[in-house]
Amino acid sequence: MTALLDISHVSKSFQMGGILSRRRVDAVQDVSFTLEVGKPEIFTIIGESGSGKTTLARMILGLERPSAGEIRFRGEPVTHANRAERLKFMANVQPVFQNPFEAFNPLKRVDRYLESTARRFLKARSSAEVGAAMDGALQKVGLSLAEVRGRFAHELSGGQLQRVAIARALIPNPPLLIADEPVSMVDASLRMSIVNLLRKLRDDLGVSVIYITHDLATAYYISDRIVIMQKGKVVEMGPARAILDRPEHPYSQLLKASVLSADDAGAGKLGAAADLMALSDSLLSAPRSSLAERPDGRLVRVYAAA
Amino acid sequence: MDRRSRGPATTDILEVKNLKAYYLMNYFGISREVRAVDDITMNVRKNEVYGIAGESSSGKTSFIKVLAAAIRPPLRVVGGSATFSFGNQTVDVGSASPEEIEAIRWRHLSYIMQGSMSVLNPVRRIGRIFEDFAMRPLGLTGSAFRQRVIEHLGHLKLGPEVLTAYPHELSGGMRQRVTIGLATVCKPEFIIADEPTTALDVVVQKDVLALIRNLQREMGSSIIFVTHDMSVHANMADRVGIIYAGRLVEEAPTRELFQSPKHPYTAHLVASLPRIGDTTQRPALEGRPPNLAEPPPGCRFHPRCPLAIDICRKEVPPLETVAPDHRTACWRWREVEPLVPVAPVRTAEVIA
Amino acid sequence: MFAVIKDLIRYNAEFAIGLLLSSIIVLLALLSFFSPIDPTRVYSVLPDVPPSADFWFGTNSRGQDLFWQVTFALRNSLTFGLIVAVLSRVISITVGLLSGYLGGWVDRGLMFVNDIFVAVPVFPILVLFYFVLRDKLDSTMLALIMACMGWPFDARLIRSVTLGLKHREFTRHAVFAGMSTRKILLEEHLPYVMPIIFSTALANMIWSIGLEVTLAVLGFTDSNVPTIGTMLYWANKHSALVVGVWWWILIPVVFVVIMFVGLFLLAVSLNEYIDPRSRLRRMGA
Repeated sequence: MTALLDISHVSKSFQMGGILSRRRVDAVQDVSFTLEVGKPEIFTIIGESGSGKTTLARMILGLERPSAGEIRFRGEPVTHANRAERLKFMANVQPVFQNPFEAFNPLKRVDRYLESTARRFLKARSSAEVGAAMDGALQKVGLSLAEVRGRFAHELSGGQLQRVAIARALIPNPPLLIADEPVSMVDASLRMSIVNLLRKLRDDLGVSVIYITHDLATAYYISDRIVIMQKGKVVEMGPARAILDRPEHPYSQLLKASVLSADDAGAGKLGAAADLMALSDSLLSAPRSSLAERPDGRLVRVYAAA
Repeated sequence: MDRRSRGPATTDILEVKNLKAYYLMNYFGISREVRAVDDITMNVRKNEVYGIAGESSSGKTSFIKVLAAAIRPPLRVVGGSATFSFGNQTVDVGSASPEEIEAIRWRHLSYIMQGSMSVLNPVRRIGRIFEDFAMRPLGLTGSAFRQRVIEHLGHLKLGPEVLTAYPHELSGGMRQRVTIGLATVCKPEFIIADEPTTALDVVVQKDVLALIRNLQREMGSSIIFVTHDMSVHANMADRVGIIYAGRLVEEAPTRELFQSPKHPYTAHLVASLPRIGDTTQRPALEGRPPNLAEPPPGCRFHPRCPLAIDICRKEVPPLETVAPDHRTACWRWREVEPLVPVAPVRTAEVIA
Repeated sequence: MFAVIKDLIRYNAEFAIGLLLSSIIVLLALLSFFSPIDPTRVYSVLPDVPPSADFWFGTNSRGQDLFWQVTFALRNSLTFGLIVAVLSRVISITVGLLSGYLGGWVDRGLMFVNDIFVAVPVFPILVLFYFVLRDKLDSTMLALIMACMGWPFDARLIRSVTLGLKHREFTRHAVFAGMSTRKILLEEHLPYVMPIIFSTALANMIWSIGLEVTLAVLGFTDSNVPTIGTMLYWANKHSALVVGVWWWILIPVVFVVIMFVGLFLLAVSLNEYIDPRSRLRRMGA
């Protein structure tokens, strides 16, 4: 049985600089993981800026070509030669992007995108069919067509806009959703409704989600598996709760130590874990490393003895 | 250092009384009055970090713009005052002349803005940017000025080579530290920080926050720290004020606000924070913040409030003191309970 | 919409004056439909009569009533300007949108052609066309040729706006919503481009009418069709100033100035209104 999404030893490097001084940036180095068909899960990619997580997301969506390795969706590569194949792919893999305010054209009404998705991917013809498809998707995210019809982007809050964006992505009933930092630009009080929604998508609708974030707390809350990336390399990967409860790699520990929590509110523990920072920085330049498997199913990057 | 209990209040450095600032627009066929800041009264004490929490479009940005004396029509102060006391001079930023504002700007009152790149001129070196901002307020020139700047950068763990760099040559964390340095080099008594760490990575954020707090303690300044992220307030602020729809709805010392909130909105904000080690379902707030051009009558939170009763829809609850140093604006504050147990779950810590 | 115009008149002096002047011109142009005299006929009235009660603008040495001449002249000039403006907008929008959105070879090819048209001097080309086409160069032909010369600056402008829009997130969303390129360009991006189109259209009108006047005065157009330029041409031919028929020169010049100033003020004030930042500045002042 072919996997739903298969990422196999994928790398991506960019050339930066002008004609005389060129620099190679290795945005993504040798990343591999697989999502299975029939086992909907929330797979979280955690990383800071420069970790390569957005580049990886773009490659999965077919917006960038990997420099090495392969990405296959249901056995087919994700970069397509012609429009027909691309449309078939887009019917199965849909994105949700970071900025809900920019996701919709400020001069136009938001239901346009829903309508276009319904017409294109569901081949809905009559306005009744289109309306039903739109309303169905909106109900799944807790909104309704009556609320959204005819509205402009500036009339809705960040949380509502992001929900409309998710509804739009759900219209073609895709088995895979790629959510790139979907809540980082949404207000804290509205954030949890979106995160709860992602959980509902997996549990009730059987949609697999690749959730990209830098926020470990929400990752803990909803993920099944996580992969932690640092400067393009996979540092730790495996079952989410196990890794976040007891991180093994120094960088994972550093991330966990940097999370601000509301416990001990007012006591203000802001001391930085300087030793962990130094350690994870030094490991970046270690010459040889590989991923070792642990008994609880996780993979950790270990370094060859100096 | 636990700042939970404060002794008798020291002199206040900022006194805001019934401040009202509206966007008044009456042209081109549109007539609108957006009540961005609607009757706010609060004080900030000396040597205190006061956190302001609120969603976007709650009016908090307009509020701090008024405090920073940085508002322009169509936003106007229509009532009340916001008075700073620096040493022996007092300045009401709502009604001061441009010369008075210029005299206190940067020397006594400075700000750290969100998104450091927009503050730093991309075509000027850092050293020159320091000269632009700080030379006149400090009153130093030449090598004396340079020495002072280098010494200050040292506090921020930045070397003197930063002065000859362009902003894009520095990392995001370094740029934000430069922005903090710019705001603090004149050792102002009052700093306004508007989401200074929102765009930063988690590791860098904690570092920058620690930096801001250490600087604050060293200089004895007061900071108004604005962010919608409650976990930042939990670790930074001495007192926290919650702004909703242009009004202050609750204000309390940090620990008390998190452990016994007395306003349903605060209770929700606190309860919705996810925590590592806990996967119980987090409550989510329904509805959306009201339109400030047509706010709901009575208590502005009532359309979304689980405790709303008849009086909430008709009359505005006053901001009253319900415990020492703890004010709230809710008719049913006695019945507000934390929504999820707040006792910290002690998991085995990995770091020493 | 009318509330907007009312407010614009009240608060924006440039708009009010521009609207007034342009209305005068349009009114006169419309009056030409009620003219009792055929403007191409000569010696239909007493020649060389200064402005008086019978002939408001006087008459010229060819025996034509200047009042009705002016109405026809304004009508023809305005029509001419509109045709050129509309046609060149169509070309510049097409080139700009395609070039900006598609990029690659399409972009490079179109911009290459664009830059050639920018570099080529318009006036000598038009003179060349006159000498080649002679009698066949009537108003419509001239309008077509000028439309083909008047698009390059704006095409580049539209292209840069489109380039910026291509990278905005809603464009990516539109792609994943299954919208075709044509739909994205026409429905998503065009509204952003429209304000530019509008204000450059007015500027384009001023340019084309000015060029037409120049050509006409020099005799490079069909001198029988009454336009501002041909009026001046005939005035020149009959040495009007030397003879003392000063009103023959003055009247067309006054009206062409009124037309240009009116259009210019409209363009400037609409430009300011369309850009939200300058609009807010004026509102708050």
